[in-house]
Amino acid sequence: MSKPRTLYEKIWDAHVVARRDDGTCLIFIDRHLVHEVTSPQAFAGLAANGRRVRRPDLTLAVPDHNLPTTPRVDAAGHPIPIKDAESAAQLAALEANTQAFGVPYIGAHDVRQGIVHVVGPEQGFTLPGTTLVCGDSHTAAHGALGALAFGIGTSEVEHVLATQTLWLAPAKTMAVVVDGQLAAGVTAKDVILHIIGRIGTAGGTGHVIEFMGSTIRNMGMEERLTISNMAIEGGARAGLIAPDDVTFAYLRGRPMAPKGAAWDAAVRHWQSLPSDADAVFDKRVDIAAADIAPSVTWGTSPEDVVPITGHVPAPESFADPAKQDAARASLAYMGLNPGTAMQDIAIENIFIGSCTNSRIEDLRAAAAILRGRHKAANVRWAIVVPGSGLVKAAAEAEGLDRIFIEAGFEWREPGCSACLGMNPDKVPAGERCASTSNRNFVGRQGPGSRTHLLSPAMAAAAAVTGKLTDVRELL
Amino acid sequence: MQATRMISGRAIPWGAKNIDTDIIIPAKWLKTVSRDGLGKGAFESVRAVPGNIFDAAENQGAPILLAGDNFGCGSSREHAAWAMLDMGLQAVIAPSFSDIFSGNAFKNGVLAVTLDEAQIARLMAVAGDGATITIDLENQVVTSDRQDRFAFAIDPFRKMCLMQGLDEIALTLAEETAISAHEARQTHDAPWLVPSQI
Repeated sequence: MSKPRTLYEKIWDAHVVARRDDGTCLIFIDRHLVHEVTSPQAFAGLAANGRRVRRPDLTLAVPDHNLPTTPRVDAAGHPIPIKDAESAAQLAALEANTQAFGVPYIGAHDVRQGIVHVVGPEQGFTLPGTTLVCGDSHTAAHGALGALAFGIGTSEVEHVLATQTLWLAPAKTMAVVVDGQLAAGVTAKDVILHIIGRIGTAGGTGHVIEFMGSTIRNMGMEERLTISNMAIEGGARAGLIAPDDVTFAYLRGRPMAPKGAAWDAAVRHWQSLPSDADAVFDKRVDIAAADIAPSVTWGTSPEDVVPITGHVPAPESFADPAKQDAARASLAYMGLNPGTAMQDIAIENIFIGSCTNSRIEDLRAAAAILRGRHKAANVRWAIVVPGSGLVKAAAEAEGLDRIFIEAGFEWREPGCSACLGMNPDKVPAGERCASTSNRNFVGRQGPGSRTHLLSPAMAAAAAVTGKLTDVRELL
Repeated sequence: MQATRMISGRAIPWGAKNIDTDIIIPAKWLKTVSRDGLGKGAFESVRAVPGNIFDAAENQGAPILLAGDNFGCGSSREHAAWAMLDMGLQAVIAPSFSDIFSGNAFKNGVLAVTLDEAQIARLMAVAGDGATITIDLENQVVTSDRQDRFAFAIDPFRKMCLMQGLDEIALTLAEETAISAHEARQTHDAPWLVPSQI
């Protein structure tokens, strides 16, 4: 009888190409997603050394970070040039590099274009049991399908392009077990914010987190993607969720997924992947779904989470003196005072989008709150940025775009947008944004911007009232 | 990668915790196709404050940064390591690092040295007093000219690559036989792993 193994250990073992004496392994990479920001120096490195892309067939490139979300073609259907010269150059470099190295490419004017982490699952490029990397830390998202997926730096992008492998030390394993039924108005985003609030931004460092328990099992694929996406905000390079019938139903028929007999063989393999019942994790955290409320951040770290019914904490309430200092700095940056009710915080900007929350179910959840309502007068800017052209088209087919536009939102083209403000979508200095993205770091949405992370439904609620709001009052 | 054996000089006694890579280099600086010139955007929001530690006269040209827990968390941008190198920082000493940053630092010959909090507190004090700090990679020890001597651990393979300035891709390409064997096994056992092309 072999030793019981976790899902992580099963994927790891199946991908070991070579092993060094110290335990470091050369791991084969099954899937590589490439975007314009972290790849140009990698392609330049290949060119400088006369190297080729070893497996273009396992690679897929999509531009997302820099693209403006304003219309991309004029009335006559001609492409509108990108004004920012540096962005234009980076986007042009991706197109040129993919051509030169023979890498499959979904361009800016293709309906399938979108955020890499939305496109991968949507196209069936992401599969259970695979190793998947991308030069982007939110690659953790793909773990929702049971892929061992993690962000890498540009030197590693070059290494994968050249060798289709990476040298990796085995990670520790951490089980985050969420059990029970979520209350009305509580979403996957609230669950992951609550988890990060519990474990802290370094809680998962050195670990791969497997999200388990009945609450996770009962989630659809898009909710699971939201959960695993933010594993990195808990310090874990990768998140994982065991593949099951939800996963298989989601993948069946997607363009790049296996078909026919190959599909059946794949499913048989995937069914062997879940962690064995008696597998041992290095760390375990248990969370009761009933304890989770609609949640929101108050500070400049994703661990700065409170229930929407809560208050801005006093720095002295933290035991760690360094955390007290960090909280003081956060409150000064955020322009907040201890003791303020979260629901008294006025909001000028709303961003619904990002690889965390830009899929069709996210847009449905926000639209359900906005239907027949309008954004408050003090909300200056409210945008919806679908995660891909296909999400956008699906939303339009359901009439969601009309609901958003009638509520005073702008309906945009897909991309990363105001999550990190590399394109023109930025939050002005000193203004607040209720944002469905993943990071509330200093200057993340633009220099001086103040971010409050929350769910799509909560973002819609904030738009309606002009302040952070408990969505349960609008259900 | 440049060979790195010994780094010696002033250390900037910053000590801040949970420094994310958005702080090290904000997104607007990532619109480049080069690794060079990012030093001017390094720690931009910190350096926007008059009297900040990075622009203090005594810290100009300092090769070492002293930081708190979880240094380099957040985004995977390797631009963080490039920006630090471009402003002259060749090493960070902290109690812990994010996994991705620590890999990116290594690939660029930036030493990410882990010491415990008490040792860093001592280095912060002597660095603030103008001490010269030395990181000796070969002997895996951080010393100061104030009689401090702290040993640190490092992965032996990383140490070898750093000391010899090895090209990791060239090393891996030498594993060609093993990589090809894995591919052949995969093609046989799981042919469905190759995606239908778009």
